[in-house]
Amino acid sequence: MRLSPDEIILWQHGPLKVNATIAYTWGLMLFLLAGARLATRGLRTGGERSDWQNLLEILVTGIEQQIRAVGLNPPRKYLGFLGTLFVFVATANLFTIVPGYTPPTSSLSTTAALALCVWTAVPAFGIAEQGVARYLKSYLEPTVIMLPFNVIGEFSRTLALAVRLFGNMMSGSMIVAILLTVTPFIFPVVMTSLGLLTGMVQAYIFSILAAVYIAAATGSGASVPQPDAAGRNPGK
Amino acid sequence: MLIDWFTVTAQALNFLILVWLLRRFAYQPVLQAISRREERIAAQLAAAASAEAAANTEREALSGRRLEFEQHRAALLDQATQEAAALRSKLLEQARQDGAAERSRLLAVLRAEQVELELTLAREVRQVVLEIVGKTLQDLAHVELNDAMVEVFLGHLQALGEAERLLLLTAATSANTPVVRSAFELAPDTRARIRTALAALGASDPDVHFETAVGLVCGIDFTAAGHRLAWSVGDYLAGLEEGIDRILEARCRTVPAEPASVPAAIT
Repeated sequence: MRLSPDEIILWQHGPLKVNATIAYTWGLMLFLLAGARLATRGLRTGGERSDWQNLLEILVTGIEQQIRAVGLNPPRKYLGFLGTLFVFVATANLFTIVPGYTPPTSSLSTTAALALCVWTAVPAFGIAEQGVARYLKSYLEPTVIMLPFNVIGEFSRTLALAVRLFGNMMSGSMIVAILLTVTPFIFPVVMTSLGLLTGMVQAYIFSILAAVYIAAATGSGASVPQPDAAGRNPGK
Repeated sequence: MLIDWFTVTAQALNFLILVWLLRRFAYQPVLQAISRREERIAAQLAAAASAEAAANTEREALSGRRLEFEQHRAALLDQATQEAAALRSKLLEQARQDGAAERSRLLAVLRAEQVELELTLAREVRQVVLEIVGKTLQDLAHVELNDAMVEVFLGHLQALGEAERLLLLTAATSANTPVVRSAFELAPDTRARIRTALAALGASDPDVHFETAVGLVCGIDFTAAGHRLAWSVGDYLAGLEEGIDRILEARCRTVPAEPASVPAAIT
C-alpha cells in the first residue's frame, strides 16, 4: 500500500521526475487558473453579475474578512498568500470525490512545502512590517530566556502544520482505501463525505494558523477587529 | 522516506507560481471590480444624500408654502362664509320684504276685486230691485191712487212758501206753456182743480197743457219755464236709485289705493 502519491512516478530523467503529487498539483493549478479566467471574464461593476463572478467575489471577500478578523490589516496585502493557501488546500481536498484521485495534500512533501512557505513567509511579512531589529527582538520576548523556546516553536509549529494536514488527508485516503476492500458499498461514501468535511476544516485551519503566525510576526495580533475610519466593523 | 525533497521543492515552486497566477488573474480583477463598484455605490450614495438633502430642503419649502396656502385658504373660506352669511341674511330680508309687499299687493287687488264685485252685484241687485219695485208699483197703480196723489200734489201747492210760490207763479205766467204730466189720463174735474189751484197761486187763467207719462208710474209732474214741481212714484224710485248710487259711490271711495309697485328683482 502506498502512503504517498510521491511514490507514483510518471516520468523521470535523472534527478528530475514527475510524480502523481506534482501532476495532480499541476492539474489543480490549471483548474484554478481556468476557473479564475472564467470567473473574471467580463467582470461587471454594476448590480447584475454572473454566477461565477458572484462565487469568486464571495470567496475573495470571505477570505478577506477572515484575514481581517485575525487582525491583519490591510487584509489585501496578505490575500494573495493566505487566500491561495486556503484555495489550494481546499480544492485539493475537495477533489477527493473524484474516483482515482489522490490529493496532493496527502503527500508529506506537499504539506512540508506549504509549511516551509509559511515558515518563510512569517519572517518575511514580519520584517517587512516592523523591520529586522524589531522582528528579531520579538524572539527575546517576554525575556531572553525564551529565545530558544521561541526558535524551537518556530520549527515545531511549522512541522505541526505539515504533519497535521498530511496526517488528516493521508488517513482519510487510507480509510477510504481500506473500506473499499472491506465494504465496497455505503461506508466508503460516508467516509468520503466525512473526508470532504475534514478536508475543508483542515484547509481552514491551515490557512488560519498561517494567518495567526503572520499576525504574531507583524505585531498585529489583535483578534478583535477594529472599526475602520468610516466606522464600519470590518469583521462583519 | 515520506518526504521527497525534489517534490518539496517543486511543490513550493508550484505554490508560489499559483500564488502569482491567482493574484494576477483572480484576486486583483475581482478586488478592482469590487473597488470600482464600491466607489460607484459611494458616489451614488453621495448623490442620493445630496438629492435627499435637496429634497428635504424642497420639502420644507413646500411644507411652508402649503402651510401658508392652508392659512390663506382658511382665511378666504372664513371671509367667504361671512360674506355668504351676510348675503343670505340680506336676501332673506329682501325676500321677506318682497313677500310682504306682494302679499299686501295681492290682498289689495283681492279687496279691490271683492269691492268691485260687490259694487257690480249691488248695482245689479239695485237694478233688479228697482225694476221689480217699479213693475210692482206700476201694477198696483190705478186712477184712484193717481187721484189721491193729485190730492197730495194739490196739498203741496197750497203748502208752498212765499218765495217758492212767487218763483212758481213767474214760471207759470211765462211765455212757455206749463205742462202737467201724469201716469194716467186725468179726469176733467181733476184738470179743473189743478187749474184752480194754480189760479189760487196768483196766475190768471193759466193755460196748462196735460200729458200722460208712463215713466211717472204713479203721480203728477208740473213743469214750467225750467221749474218743476212733482210728486210721483217715479221720483221716489229715482231718488231711491240716486241714494243707492251715492252709497255705492261712497263704498268705492273707501276702496284702498293701489299698492306699491312690485320691487325690483334682487340681483
